[in-house]
Amino acid sequence: MTTLLIAEHDHETLKDSTNKALTAASQLGGDVHVLVAGGGQGTKAAAEAAAKLAGVTKVLVAEGPAYEHDLAEPLAALIVALAPNYDAFVAPATSRFKNVMPRVAALLDVMQVSEIIKVVAPDTYERPIYAGNAIQTVKSKDAKKVITVRTSTFAAAGEGGSAAIENAASAADPGLSSFVGEEVAKSDRPELTSAKIIVSGGRAMQSRENFAKYIEPLADKLGAGVGASRAAVDAGYAPNDWQVGQTGKVVAPELYVAVGISGAIQHLAGMKDSKVIVAINKDEDAPIFQVADYGLVADLYQAVPELTEALGKLGK
Amino acid sequence: MKVLVPVKRVVDYNVKVRVKSDGTGVELANVKMSMNPFDEIAVEEALRLKEAGKATEVVVVSIGPAQASETIRTALAMGADRGILVKAEGNVEPLAVAKILKAVVDAEQPGLVILGKQAIDDDSNQTGQMLAALLGWSQATFASKLEVEGSDFKVTREVDGGLQTIKLKGPAIVTTDLRLNEPRYASLPNIMKAKKKPIDDKSVADYGVDVTPRLEVLKTAEPAGRKAGVKVKDVAELVNKLKTEAGVL
Repeated sequence: MTTLLIAEHDHETLKDSTNKALTAASQLGGDVHVLVAGGGQGTKAAAEAAAKLAGVTKVLVAEGPAYEHDLAEPLAALIVALAPNYDAFVAPATSRFKNVMPRVAALLDVMQVSEIIKVVAPDTYERPIYAGNAIQTVKSKDAKKVITVRTSTFAAAGEGGSAAIENAASAADPGLSSFVGEEVAKSDRPELTSAKIIVSGGRAMQSRENFAKYIEPLADKLGAGVGASRAAVDAGYAPNDWQVGQTGKVVAPELYVAVGISGAIQHLAGMKDSKVIVAINKDEDAPIFQVADYGLVADLYQAVPELTEALGKLGK
Repeated sequence: MKVLVPVKRVVDYNVKVRVKSDGTGVELANVKMSMNPFDEIAVEEALRLKEAGKATEVVVVSIGPAQASETIRTALAMGADRGILVKAEGNVEPLAVAKILKAVVDAEQPGLVILGKQAIDDDSNQTGQMLAALLGWSQATFASKLEVEGSDFKVTREVDGGLQTIKLKGPAIVTTDLRLNEPRYASLPNIMKAKKKPIDDKSVADYGVDVTPRLEVLKTAEPAGRKAGVKVKDVAELVNKLKTEAGVL
């Protein structure tokens, strides 16, 4: 059995989600090859990083303008072209692969297994349903497996390999879609899905300015990533890529600080696997307190600056 | 341009589901059912295209039990023109749904199919992408903005790093994200009017699609629980606990 792991990268560096999905791919039991598809010079650097990962036996590189902007159709065509050599296709459940992998699965006439949280056997996996309120164990009867991995539940594979790097046979670009533009926020803060600490704000923040004034200084003091509830994103207090929840990002940091977040089922689905949860909310009946290890019933506009200051005194 | 909107009947998003004690699934008896929230956004977007003169007809289709006709009626009450119910019992997986939808698309010839990005019951997030693959059409998932440009489309998508805008050659598949629009409520007169709108009754057999599940569900279990911790009285106690007890500072 040979598994093709499709790498997540930003066309310069390999992303941590690749290392985590590799852990899941390795648990399927076969050889693991990694496909790095991208546009421009950085693709090679990402491929070299992939070749060093422990357990990887081969890296395939596909470099070309069709792969520069993560369009679904050309990347799916490429993976399908490589399919005869592989028994399983694994990718992290990032927005890029949530977009691409079902297209691959349908072209291969395979039922995808989305966002697995555990490999029980090479053909059997656990995955959350109903916003994580139930865990299903499913056995795939398809000859080939197409799997996306919820990265928050797998440890990152380390280095220690020295795989050969080869060029992948190219596939024709179907030319169905084209890139127009993007708005990607550049930030020095850790990304949500790999951050060890996350500070999130909810509807009670009341404005974008308050996020900047209260949440961000606390996050920066902790070296944390910044998240938000759906309510805060819908209200325009925070950008969409900060959303933590059932349909946003699923995170499991060492410490999750929920500020002014009531704790809707959909938000809990995105953070309840965090190691330690702190909730600050003035409503003592807020459901967030049912999952919080430490709850502070207080006005966030007083408590958050106090907490930021106290951490400063600790030398943070 | 005709717009096709597939809708799914799911457990209402406010219901906290309970796993059956024998591990065979979740409790669905006497549970409130509603249209999948992302599908409501899809219906709304199609209606806005029609109101803006960009679409001529909005057709909704649902695959499921007889009660899925209620979900179609909801969409008709919002303003959709007609419905198609494809009766199917039991669990129909996204791949089989996509195959049935392909057959519906072949018959209806829409210029655009708008679907919810994921159903909040199985959380698969697959059907739109699979339908695009089977039709050989372009796809834009997780849309937060949709513009019609002749027979083509410009779509802004919510991605991990922020927003991405792409152009799609029509006909195309678009799946909705939360910020695309805020769905309307159906007014009472429109609910009454919807009762007279046609729903075409079909069955899976009409489309010759094999819906045998590819994934065998071995077990459904409760997730590992999380207990409520302690309430701290002030910031000083919180910092102290995080430092000494939790060891995360």
